[in-house]
Amino acid sequence: MAIVEVRHLTKQFEGNATPAVDDLDLATTEGEYLVLLGPSGCGKTTLLRLIAGLEQPTSGEVLIGGLPMVGLPPRARKIAMVFQSYALYPHKSARRNIEFPLKAARMDPEERAKKVAWAAELLGITRLLDRRPRHLSGGERQRVALARALVREPDVFLLDEPLSNLDAKLRAAARDDLKQFQDRVGTTTVYVTHDQVEAMGLGDRIAVMSEGRIRQLGTPHDVYHDPADTFVATFLGSPPMNMVRRDDVLVGFRPESLLPKGVVQPDDGAVTIPFHVHRVENLGSERHLVGTLSGIGPETRVIAMLPSTVSVDIPIDETSEFVIRGADLRFFDTDAGLRTERRRL
Amino acid sequence: MKDRRRYLFDRDGVLAPLMLLPSVVYIVALVAVPFFLAIAYSLSDVTVGDPSFDYVGLRNFRAVLKDPVFRRSLTNSLFITAVTMVLVLVLGKILALVLTRDFRFKWVVRFLILLPWTTPVPLAAIAWLWMLDSLFSPIDWTLRWLGLIDGNLHWLGNSELAVVSVIAVQVWRIVPLAAVIIMAGLAAIPQDINDAAEVDGAGFWRKLFEVTIPMSLPVTAVATLFGAVLVFTDMSVVFVLTRGGPVDATQILPTWAFFRGIAGGDLAQGAAVALFLFPLLLAMAVLILRSVRKMEVM
Amino acid sequence: MDAGSWRRRRRWGRVGLYAMVVGFTLFAAFPFLWGFITAFKQDQDLYNRDNNPFIFNIEPTLQHVRLLFEGTAFNTFVVNTLVVAVLVVAITLAASLPAAYSLARLNLRWGGAMAIAIFLVYLIPPSLLFISLSRVVSYLGLQDSRWALVVLYPTITIPVSVWLLMGFFKGIPKDIEEQAMVDGYSRLGAFVRTVLPLSFPGMVAVVVFSATLSASEFIYALAFVSQTSQKTISVGVPTELVRGDVFFWQSLQAATLLVAIPIALVFNAFLKRFIAGFTMGAVKG
Repeated sequence: MAIVEVRHLTKQFEGNATPAVDDLDLATTEGEYLVLLGPSGCGKTTLLRLIAGLEQPTSGEVLIGGLPMVGLPPRARKIAMVFQSYALYPHKSARRNIEFPLKAARMDPEERAKKVAWAAELLGITRLLDRRPRHLSGGERQRVALARALVREPDVFLLDEPLSNLDAKLRAAARDDLKQFQDRVGTTTVYVTHDQVEAMGLGDRIAVMSEGRIRQLGTPHDVYHDPADTFVATFLGSPPMNMVRRDDVLVGFRPESLLPKGVVQPDDGAVTIPFHVHRVENLGSERHLVGTLSGIGPETRVIAMLPSTVSVDIPIDETSEFVIRGADLRFFDTDAGLRTERRRL
Repeated sequence: MKDRRRYLFDRDGVLAPLMLLPSVVYIVALVAVPFFLAIAYSLSDVTVGDPSFDYVGLRNFRAVLKDPVFRRSLTNSLFITAVTMVLVLVLGKILALVLTRDFRFKWVVRFLILLPWTTPVPLAAIAWLWMLDSLFSPIDWTLRWLGLIDGNLHWLGNSELAVVSVIAVQVWRIVPLAAVIIMAGLAAIPQDINDAAEVDGAGFWRKLFEVTIPMSLPVTAVATLFGAVLVFTDMSVVFVLTRGGPVDATQILPTWAFFRGIAGGDLAQGAAVALFLFPLLLAMAVLILRSVRKMEVM
Repeated sequence: MDAGSWRRRRRWGRVGLYAMVVGFTLFAAFPFLWGFITAFKQDQDLYNRDNNPFIFNIEPTLQHVRLLFEGTAFNTFVVNTLVVAVLVVAITLAASLPAAYSLARLNLRWGGAMAIAIFLVYLIPPSLLFISLSRVVSYLGLQDSRWALVVLYPTITIPVSVWLLMGFFKGIPKDIEEQAMVDGYSRLGAFVRTVLPLSFPGMVAVVVFSATLSASEFIYALAFVSQTSQKTISVGVPTELVRGDVFFWQSLQAATLLVAIPIALVFNAFLKRFIAGFTMGAVKG
């Protein structure tokens, strides 16, 4: 178990104008599950590959366990990696796949067999050991890939979007499996994903990235409720945070904070505004009210989210009074989109 | 009625055979017909001097099989092809791995390395003919200069050396093709797998033998088949280098068929010799394709 | 292991790599490099056992190259080869494009069997057929002329081209043709207007293959053309650049290089496409 640290790390690919990873600083804690979250092209996979040693930095350092990794190939770094495609060797059985790193480490056969059995037991795939990858389902392949990573007892796990190849239905169960796996094993893990639900569900801390930089590093609670800038604010949350321009600031509030008057207790700093509802999307567990809001700034299209437990009847094509609590308001400046202090409205 | 006819060519059932027709006619007329004609000749006594067709059963085949030159040709064909292909596979694999790396002047190297394959075979053979000349060979000169030999090696005049020379030329010209095909097979291995092997701790040799080679086996097999057919059916190298000599030492099936059938005028015997090519090629192809099927892992 | 020893390992790896590169390059190009020098050597220099064959001991000369163009039938050979090449390419494209499309797209019940048949044809080589073809050729009145080659070479080029193009066509998504058919074109029209333009790389591969075959095919050319004025390069150079027992070595080497280098340049330019078509056919076929 070790800390992964990255200092002033930059990676510039030839032929690209902007760096894929731009002067990044990051440090995990021991045993932490750190998620790198961001849209495609933000540099999260590049960062992971730099930590793994599959790419060399243009400048800056990577340290694992306090030791600089410069000049060391992946196999000297005591890491294990699970790829998006799982990268199972198709011509080898599951057993031989899991065994492969141990053979490379020149472990003798009895030791190897014990470790393979242990890893397979932990992941519940013992009965699948003699099958080839093409005879395994997506979820089973993922577990074989995890077993292969586990068996080396690395200091760090690196996972590159391992759930994106699974059916949507399977993903929730697989996510649960991963979390249990992490709890049992406790190794420092760096996990890359573009799916914010995954990130929020799995991570101890989330590094929200865009364009090669980290926008915010914090717990799921922090990045969700106290976003550092408009990018983080709108990237997390579905539907995203509503933004209304008022003079020289952007006022943000989450859809679930926009509630009909009477449903919520106003606090000091709360605002009451007219909300004209155009359309309602009934999604079962929640209702999305799409409409225009005036009263804070110019007329802006916003979405309000009511849980199904709030059964207040909202008339369509009419304006009703809605309330946002002062504690739920966030303010961002209009140049760089960074958070600024609260105001009164 | 009229409308139906207008759309006649839209019907796949009509269009498909029509589009195939020219090629099929061509192949039937100039491949199938001569093929069966060759079978017919081999069962006859046709010669250039006496073109009358008389059925003689398997007499030609019996005569051919008793002929020591024919037996020599058959073993030579098989031996030369087999040895060539083994060397081609090993060297081709190494060359493919070398060419996947980056190094300076790569395009020049690639150009030069492809020259043996892209040069017309008879012309390449001419270049080698001079290189192996019994008096002026530069190879001999270099060996003399290094003090390793005194006189000349008779590359093409000595029975064993002549076979070696033929094999050398065939290997020389096929390796580039094999390398290119194998390279395509290597490129088809997903980068993820290579990365995973790196992370898993596999060094160069382990990665090569446990990941790269097994995964490129189907393509390698196809390359082998192509190379083997090219060597087995080639006539120009032997013809230009040795004319089958010295004293039939390098005679192979195609050249012997030529000397018997066209130069010697005995069409029937020539056809009989040439026909041996087909079942052997068929056997090679079936063997290799069967193993490719078994190897399908992806 | 520390970073230093890893770096040392990598450096040795580089050295090994360059050694291989040099080794293979020399092995492949040696005959040509030496042929290049030979082409310009004077007779006294060349026909001297003790002279270093790799340098010019007496100054180089162009006389043998001139002899090639002025004193031999080389130019005729080139012209013949070009004529044959152009015609063979035309015939091959005309026959193999529709055939490949038919097999790739239009699902015939015997489509699979056809593909196998094509492969079988590949296994019946010229070295088998040339004996009986000599009869067919004289029956058609084509003996001893380059037209025999124009007629015969497509039998070699068509099967390979069909196979190459088939793999190619299969890789083109059906949507585009179906869109054209919905827009109002017949199957044939859709083929000509949408698929053909997209298969340009495949066609290039066919052209390169067929043209180079015309310059290198040996058996048919040897068996069916004996008049000097009708010969192509592949047979003309090895058989005609001799007077009695004496080979015109310098001119021969010059001829070899003059033919080999342009072909190699063309191949290099189209290499990637050629191989893509080749292996696509191998995987699907």
